[in-house]
Amino acid sequence: MDDLGGPEAEFRAYLGQGKFMLQRSKGTGKHTFYPRVAIPGTGETDLEWVEASGRGTVYASTVNRGRDRSYNIVLVELDEGPRLLSTVEGEVAVAIGTRVQALIKQIEGEPEVIFKIEAGNRADAL
Amino acid sequence: MPSRLRGKVAITGIGSAGTGEAKGRTAMELLAEASLAAIADAGLKLADVDGIFAATSTHAFPAMSVAEYLGVNPTFFDGTNVGGASFEMHLLQAALALDAGLCNVALVCYGSNQRSAGGRLVSLSEPQRYEKPYGFRHPISAYALAASRHMYEFGTTREMLAEVALAARGWANLNPDAFARGPLTMADVLASRMVSDPLTVADICLVTDGGAACVLTRSDRARDGRNRPVYVLGAAGAISHRSIMAMPSLTTTAAKDSGARAYAMAGLGPKDVDLAMLYDAFTINTILFLEDLGFCAKGEGGRFVEGGAIAPGGRLAVNTNGGGLSCVHPGMYGLFLILEAVTQLRGDAGARQLAKPEIALCHGNGATLSAQATAILGTEAAS
Repeated sequence: MDDLGGPEAEFRAYLGQGKFMLQRSKGTGKHTFYPRVAIPGTGETDLEWVEASGRGTVYASTVNRGRDRSYNIVLVELDEGPRLLSTVEGEVAVAIGTRVQALIKQIEGEPEVIFKIEAGNRADAL
Repeated sequence: MPSRLRGKVAITGIGSAGTGEAKGRTAMELLAEASLAAIADAGLKLADVDGIFAATSTHAFPAMSVAEYLGVNPTFFDGTNVGGASFEMHLLQAALALDAGLCNVALVCYGSNQRSAGGRLVSLSEPQRYEKPYGFRHPISAYALAASRHMYEFGTTREMLAEVALAARGWANLNPDAFARGPLTMADVLASRMVSDPLTVADICLVTDGGAACVLTRSDRARDGRNRPVYVLGAAGAISHRSIMAMPSLTTTAAKDSGARAYAMAGLGPKDVDLAMLYDAFTINTILFLEDLGFCAKGEGGRFVEGGAIAPGGRLAVNTNGGGLSCVHPGMYGLFLILEAVTQLRGDAGARQLAKPEIALCHGNGATLSAQATAILGTEAAS
């Protein structure tokens, strides 16, 4: 990839190409998200971009109840370790423990990571 | 071993203004009125103040704004802003500055007109890039996520959350200055409108106006004032994250760390606490902080509060003013915790007065469980 500046800009450029990438320390193999200039806490800067498996488990879950629509907001723990905030499409309430798969979707004109329930892996309802 | 800072400074004056609704008044007017009240309560004059410690949700540079408005040229000042926990941190900063002789009379102050100005939580907080696209509602989505995880890991129920709201209302009904008074039942709470599962409107703090302030001096000087001094025995802060997505565990807050440090400074533990003032922006907060501050085991907070255990007449006095849930919550509530603790320790709490409390713990919470600050206050007997 051309030099786009910092890790934030690189991450967003990858997303624009349809790729959900994570940073990983070459030395320790530890992944981090969101994009940073170093692994938090330990400070490794030997970071490389690797494609995320996109697979994860719902760690916490809520439904925002609006007048017009209700939608879920979830924290997903990726199989690689990092956690991210997102939503699971096509669902209202999503149970903690549900296995999910990432996809990239345009939200307000920007590519963003959202999730869908992994086939056959629906956990019990909330 | 207790810290050498233990008991070195004391709160000698408190004041509030416009708590509840204060139509047509600015945040700074409320802050200033509360400050003047606190200074008078301490038996001092405005010109005596030489330390300013301030945070608001409307001033980017609060120490400067307060210094200008009150016409004080402080020799020491601090504008630490870690949300609602700011003021417990200000007690620590004030204790350090007073003890070091960098100032002699410290004013900790706050004001907000958020209810009258718009009826919504006012925040200077910038949107978080990795929350914003998903319709994340600051701050309730974060607390709802924490509550969901607590229910999942420990079997905490909506009824247990509701107990926190009922206890708060029970205390508010003994406090003529509380904003939300009147009967509230378990059925009322459970039937309240769901806002962000599992939290209903009854699980969420009030949106009020209000100014608050307290004055501190070194303890050798505190005994000259007109009130029984309330000593700062310990104080500490901790930060674990900014956005809820980076919180290491959604069921353990950094109150575990701030509490441990504050207890160590004071040479005290949870068993010594007569009054726990725990920042209840949402019902789940009280449960988390009861656990993290050692009043019960991790995961047992929901069961701890059952059966009116933190309501008037219960086993532990918690949030005796009625809390953020039923007394006052102008956006950053942390200073009101301190005001209630001082009122109780002085013996001035009227119908809700506890029997001779000597130790009060004030626990502030900032942003989305992000910053935690604990202050332990005590009477002369405890100092």
